[in-house]
Amino acid sequence: MAIKSKPRIKAPSEAKAGEIIEIKTLISHEMESGQRKDSTGKTIPRAIINTFTASFNGKPFFEANWFTAVSANPYQAFFYKASESGEFTFTWKDDDGSEQTATAKLTVA
Amino acid sequence: MQLRSWTPSRREIMEVGLASVLAAALAPRLAMATEETVAAELKKLYGDKPMAGGKIKLDLPEIAENGLVVPLNVDVESPMTEQDYVKAVHVFADGNPLPQVVTYRFTPQSGKAAASVRMRLAQTQNVIAVAEMSNGALHTAKAQVKVTIGGCGG
Amino acid sequence: MISRRDFVIAAMAAGALASGDRGAFAQAARLGKMMQDDILRFDPVGTLTILHTTDLHAQLEPIYFREPSLNIGVGEARGLPPHLVDEAFLAYFKVPAGGADAYSLTSLDFDALARTYGRMGGVDRLATLVKAIRASRGAGNVLLLDGGDGLQGSWSSLQSRGGDMARVFAALGADAMVGHFEFTYGADRVKEIMDAAPYAFLAQNIRSLEWQEPVFEGRKMFERGGAKVTVIGQAFPRTPISNPRWMIPDWEFGLREEDMQKQVEAARAEGADVVVLLSHNGFDVDRKLAARVKGIDVILTGHTHDAMPKPILVGSTILIATGSHGKFLSRLDLEIKDRKVAGFRYGLLPVLSDAIAPDPEMAALVRELRAPYAADLARVAGHAESLLYRRGNFNGTFDDMICQAMLAERDAEIALSPGFRWGGTLLPGDPITFEAIANATAITYPACYRNTMTGQQLKDVLEDVADNIFNPDPYFQGGGDMVRVGGMGYAIDVSQPVGRRISDMVHLKSGKPIEASKSYAVAGWASVNQGVEGPPIWELVEKHVAATKAVKIEPTSFVKVTGA
Repeated sequence: MAIKSKPRIKAPSEAKAGEIIEIKTLISHEMESGQRKDSTGKTIPRAIINTFTASFNGKPFFEANWFTAVSANPYQAFFYKASESGEFTFTWKDDDGSEQTATAKLTVA
Repeated sequence: MQLRSWTPSRREIMEVGLASVLAAALAPRLAMATEETVAAELKKLYGDKPMAGGKIKLDLPEIAENGLVVPLNVDVESPMTEQDYVKAVHVFADGNPLPQVVTYRFTPQSGKAAASVRMRLAQTQNVIAVAEMSNGALHTAKAQVKVTIGGCGG
Repeated sequence: MISRRDFVIAAMAAGALASGDRGAFAQAARLGKMMQDDILRFDPVGTLTILHTTDLHAQLEPIYFREPSLNIGVGEARGLPPHLVDEAFLAYFKVPAGGADAYSLTSLDFDALARTYGRMGGVDRLATLVKAIRASRGAGNVLLLDGGDGLQGSWSSLQSRGGDMARVFAALGADAMVGHFEFTYGADRVKEIMDAAPYAFLAQNIRSLEWQEPVFEGRKMFERGGAKVTVIGQAFPRTPISNPRWMIPDWEFGLREEDMQKQVEAARAEGADVVVLLSHNGFDVDRKLAARVKGIDVILTGHTHDAMPKPILVGSTILIATGSHGKFLSRLDLEIKDRKVAGFRYGLLPVLSDAIAPDPEMAALVRELRAPYAADLARVAGHAESLLYRRGNFNGTFDDMICQAMLAERDAEIALSPGFRWGGTLLPGDPITFEAIANATAITYPACYRNTMTGQQLKDVLEDVADNIFNPDPYFQGGGDMVRVGGMGYAIDVSQPVGRRISDMVHLKSGKPIEASKSYAVAGWASVNQGVEGPPIWELVEKHVAATKAVKIEPTSFVKVTGA
C-alpha cells in the first residue's frame, strides 16, 4: 500500500544556536506486516514504510529503519541540535518504491 | 481485553468480542521470535563483540494499554560530539513474529541520541535495545512489557 | 484516627509519632452517643488543612458498606496495611473491638454493629463536616481534594453521565479532582464536565496518543494557610486496560514515574512549600512510588478503597487512605516552617450518618438530583435474607447473587462477574431495591453477554486477572479484586507466577473437572470490548431477584486460596 496522505510535522520554527529541539512526525500508513491472512486464508503481503530520513539543509542527521513491528500510522519523534537557519526535509520510503517528503523551516536567532 | 494476536487495525480489534479475542489468542500461533532469534540477529550485526549494560534508558509502559500501539522511547547517554556520539540503536522484541522493531542512525547533529516510535507487541515479551557508540563500544538494555486482558479495577 | 484524641502528632524532624488516648470517645461511641461534635473535635496544628474524599462512587445518600474480610498482600506488602483485616487490623491500629471504629473499619460483627451505628456517608453529612471545618479553620486555610471515582456508581450518576456528582463536588467546594471511572463516560463527556467544573481536573499521566502531549493540566498551585501548596494529579494508570479503551481511544495513560518526578521538581522550582500527590494509583502502587519519587510531602491515596485510621510514612512522605463510598473524610493539618512541612496531625473522620445533621442546602440538592429517578430507585425486587456484600479478594455474596442471576437468566454453565470494589452492602431483612442493584452495577458497558469458552480460555482469564492482583510488583497490579465466578470452583496459589496460580477448576453442578479443550456456556458482563451484546446486567439481576424473592447466600467455599 502506497503512502496515502500528507505527513504531519510538529517542530519549532525558531531556536537558539546550540538548542536541542524535538521534532515529531506522523504519516498515515497501514504498515501491513505480512503476517496477516485475508478471509480466504491467503497471506496479505508485507507493505510498509521501511525508511524515514531527516535532513537539514540537505545534510541527513537522523534515520530510522522501520520493521513490521512498527505500528500503523507511524509516529517518529527525534531531536536536532540547531546551529543555523534553514530547512528540514523529511523523507518516507515505501516498500513499493514510492516516496513522500515534507519540509519545515527553522530560523536560528 | 488486551490483544494478544497479530491483528491489523485498532478498528478491527474493537469489533471483536471477548470470545473471539481469546480464540485468536489461543489459536495456533505463527512462529514467534525468541531470545535466540534476537541473539542471532545481534550476532549478524556485531559478531561476538561484548556488550555492556548502562547508558541506555528504555522507557516503556510496564503494561501495554494496546498491543498495537505501544510507545517505545529510547534515550542513550552521550555527549553527541564529533569525537563521541551514538552511531546506531537497534531495538528488538523477543515475542513478535519477527524480532526487529526499529534501527536508528544518529549523528552529532542529532544533539541527543533519543527517539520515540510506536510498536506492535503480540504478547508479553522483552524489548531489547543495543547501542553502537562512535568508538565501536556496544551497550544493551532490556525491559519487559506485559500484554494482558487486565481485569476490572476500582 | 476516628477519635480526635488519636490524631497522630508527628514531629517529623524528630521522627517521633505519638498517639493519644481514645478510650473515652470509643466508649461514648459504643453507647451510641457519638455526636457530630465528637467527630469534628480536632486539635488543630499549623495553618493549613487538607480535606480528602475519594471513591465516593456517586453515593449521594448514606449506605452500609462492609470492609473486606480478605485482603491479601503480596511481595513486600505481605502482612502490611492495608492488607490487614478484622482482628489483625484492630490490633495493628489499636482500635477496640465492637465500637464505631471497628464497625466502620472492619467486617467484624457487621450485621449487629450496622444496626447499632447505622449507615455511613451521604454527601449532605459530608457537606456538614466540610462546612464546619472551613468555618473553624477559615476557608482560606482549607483545601478540599477528591481522589476520583466520584462520578460513577449509582443510577442517578449513570443516567446523568456523572452530571449529578459534578454538581455535588461543585457545591462541596472541591478544589481539585482526579479520575478513573469518570473516563467510562467517554472522552468528550469528561472534557465537557471538567471544562465546566469550578475545580481543577488534574492528570499528569494522560497523553494524547497522536502527539504524546498532555491532555489535562498535571498540577496546580493553591495558596492556603499562608503556604503555596502544589497538587499533582494522577489518574488511574490502568484505565485503558481495566475499562473500555474504546471510550477514550485517543488517550494514553500509564504510571509515568519519571514525569511525576519532573512535576515535583517543577512544583518546587515554582516555589511550592508543600507538594501533594492526589492519586488514583492504589495504595501499594503509591507506597512503591513514594519510595522512588523524591520530594512528595503527602500522597492522598485512592482506588483500592482502603481506610486507615493512621497515616503510613514512607521516608518523610505521608500516605493517607480515606476509604470509599463517603464513609470517611480525611483531615490533615500541616504545619509549615521555613517553607517545609514541620509537623502534621491527621484524623480519619467517620461519616456516621445518624450522628451528623444533614446540611440543608446539600440535602436539597440531593433531593433534586434523585427526583427524576425516584420511582426506579424505590422499586423493590425482593429482600435479603443474609448479608449481601461485595468487598473481598474473591467472591462476595452480592456478586454471588449477580452470578446466580446470570446462570439462571442466560442459561449458562459458568458466570463471570468483574472484581469491582464498589457497591453497597445489604443487611438481612433489607429490601433489595433497584437502587441497591444499580449501586453494584451502574456502568456504561453493562451488557450481559453469553459466549462459549473452552476450559483453557477460562483458565487464561483467571490467570490474567489474578496476575493483575497478585503480581508481587505493585507496578504490575491494577487494583480491583479477583473476577467473581459462578457455577465453577477453583484453587488459587497466590504465591505462584502468572500461568501457575490457578488449578482444580471444577464445574460445580456436575462435580466434574473443567476440561481444557471442552467448551462451556459462559455468561458475563462489563466486557471492555466494543459492541458486546446482551441485556444490561441490572435488568437481569432485578428479574432474578424478583423471581427468587428472598435471597439467602452464605459466603462461598468454592474458591480455595493458598500461598497468602
